[in-house]
Amino acid sequence: MGLCGWHLASLIGAALFGGYALATAAGIFIAAVLPIPSGPAALTGNLLSFMVYTGAIIWAFSMQKPARAWLFFLLASALLTCIGLALQG
Amino acid sequence: MTRITDSDTTTRNSSFRQAMAWLHTWAGLTLGWVLFFIFLTGTTGYFDSEIDRWMQPELPTAQTDTNAAETAVTLLQRLKQEAPEAEQWLLHMPVDRNQPYAGISWRGASLDAGASAVSGNLQLNAKTGETLKGRETHGGQQLYQMHWRLHYLSRSYSDWIISFATLFMLVSLITGIIIHKKIFREFFTFRPGKGQRSWLDAHSVLSVVALPFHLMITYSGLVFMGFSFMPLIIAAHYGTDSDARRQFFADVFDPPGMTQAVGEQAPMAPLNGMVAEASSYWGADRIRSIDIRHPGDRNARIIVSENIDQSVSSGGQWMVFDGTNGKLLHTASSATSPAKGARDLLLGLHEGLFAKPLLRWLYFFSGLLGTGMVATGLILWAVKRRQLAERRTGVAHPSLVLVEKLNIGTVAGLPIAIAAYFWANRLLPTGLANRADWEAHCLFLVWLAMLVYASLRSTHRAWLELCTTAALAFGLLPLINALTTNRHLGHSLSAGDWVFAGFDLIMLTLGTVFGCTTWYILQKQKAAARTCKATHAAIREAL
Repeated sequence: MGLCGWHLASLIGAALFGGYALATAAGIFIAAVLPIPSGPAALTGNLLSFMVYTGAIIWAFSMQKPARAWLFFLLASALLTCIGLALQG
Repeated sequence: MTRITDSDTTTRNSSFRQAMAWLHTWAGLTLGWVLFFIFLTGTTGYFDSEIDRWMQPELPTAQTDTNAAETAVTLLQRLKQEAPEAEQWLLHMPVDRNQPYAGISWRGASLDAGASAVSGNLQLNAKTGETLKGRETHGGQQLYQMHWRLHYLSRSYSDWIISFATLFMLVSLITGIIIHKKIFREFFTFRPGKGQRSWLDAHSVLSVVALPFHLMITYSGLVFMGFSFMPLIIAAHYGTDSDARRQFFADVFDPPGMTQAVGEQAPMAPLNGMVAEASSYWGADRIRSIDIRHPGDRNARIIVSENIDQSVSSGGQWMVFDGTNGKLLHTASSATSPAKGARDLLLGLHEGLFAKPLLRWLYFFSGLLGTGMVATGLILWAVKRRQLAERRTGVAHPSLVLVEKLNIGTVAGLPIAIAAYFWANRLLPTGLANRADWEAHCLFLVWLAMLVYASLRSTHRAWLELCTTAALAFGLLPLINALTTNRHLGHSLSAGDWVFAGFDLIMLTLGTVFGCTTWYILQKQKAAARTCKATHAAIREAL
């Protein structure tokens, strides 16, 4: 691992908190775009969110750039949540 | 030019693999001991109802041979006595190993009308309707539920700990696959007696041989935690208050055609007709439960559920009847949507309730392999750093000592604690207040004692002594059973009672395995001492 100290802590934070935000946002987005009733749609988003979370953690560590990871997670989560909430009306 | 690009890619590749290895190590270690606890107590769950029965030796043999229509009438009679004016009555039918005895449960009953409790559940003799009275214990159910309830914690803490432990497990599995380049060649590689390398080989073999199981059990474990781990997805579409949450659950989980009570009395239709109709539809004796909503109300609904022995999924079919005239309203699969079906499938795979004996054993061994995977990973971490520390300074960092002590106290200590749970079941006096709780306290007290003991002894002595203790703790259980009940191994073998014989034989096997481990460690330590002595002698001679 090439990182240590605050950089490493920041990367771990990005993976855990940023990844959680992205997984939740992706779930909200998936639930909104699926053309099925809202109960099963929300359940589908919930079932798939763990794949997003795991993928996000692994991606953050493979990149090893804390600032960029934070930026990506926050922007992507905001975007997906907004689209998701707008679509469900 | 190409050369630079090549080495560039190599550096990037090796840096990527290094990052994945780091993630694998720390995601695995951080909650590793929680994961060991989850895997081991969860594995006991594949024999939960067998453990239940061993822990209540007073109960009769399984009553799965009873007539469904007669049992339904018997159970309903008891519900009318125990829980008048309830919101819901549930009749659990004795169908197979998952439900060897009949039972009733209820909620929202009226104490004024003479109910014994507002909500409750009882295990009944299906033939007589009497309450089955065994010693007070929470049995195998409590033991396996520890793996996601963590026993002493409230749901708001345990759910988060379990969720993150499971997430870390999934991350460890995926990164483990990534860093494990030659997954098939290394699968056939085992280099025993080589210290760190042997632990690495053992860790790889245990992980790879049951990899599909590990991936399935971990992802479905997350699905179990889904609504508490990712609550905002549902909140975004339904709202955050408890009504909204209830609405979501009703949308996804309720059978079709559910109604509210109207508050008008109406006599309930007899259950015989419904049982007969369900039996002609699913085959004889395949009713798992009968769920009566608003009994005695004009809007009563009766949901008859199919046994789940013929599908992997955790839900079978439903037949919904009008409670007052007994007319069939709906026949529905509990997979009310593809998403619910997928969830049921994952949960069904996780619980393995559908599994017949052979597959059940496979589940059990896969669970043990998972437990071993976590254990070898934890030990590997310590062995690697111990060798480094000894080569460099000879002084171990406190964190290394901590991991070593936790490893011994958990990997060898938790099995002893589980054995203590069974000892407590046989030895605690039956009149003891809160006896069932004390069985669990015994488990955790013994685990704590093992952790303390491990921290006081040298690493080598502690492994040896705890393995010896585990060998005795499991190996003597059949003897304790023979001394305290009349259902000893000889009796259960000659009577063909495979639940009791199986339990005793598994305990003997576990005792033998721990005994062999003790012997192996002893041989290794003797050999090491000999080498050490020989080296010293050689040095003296040379001088």
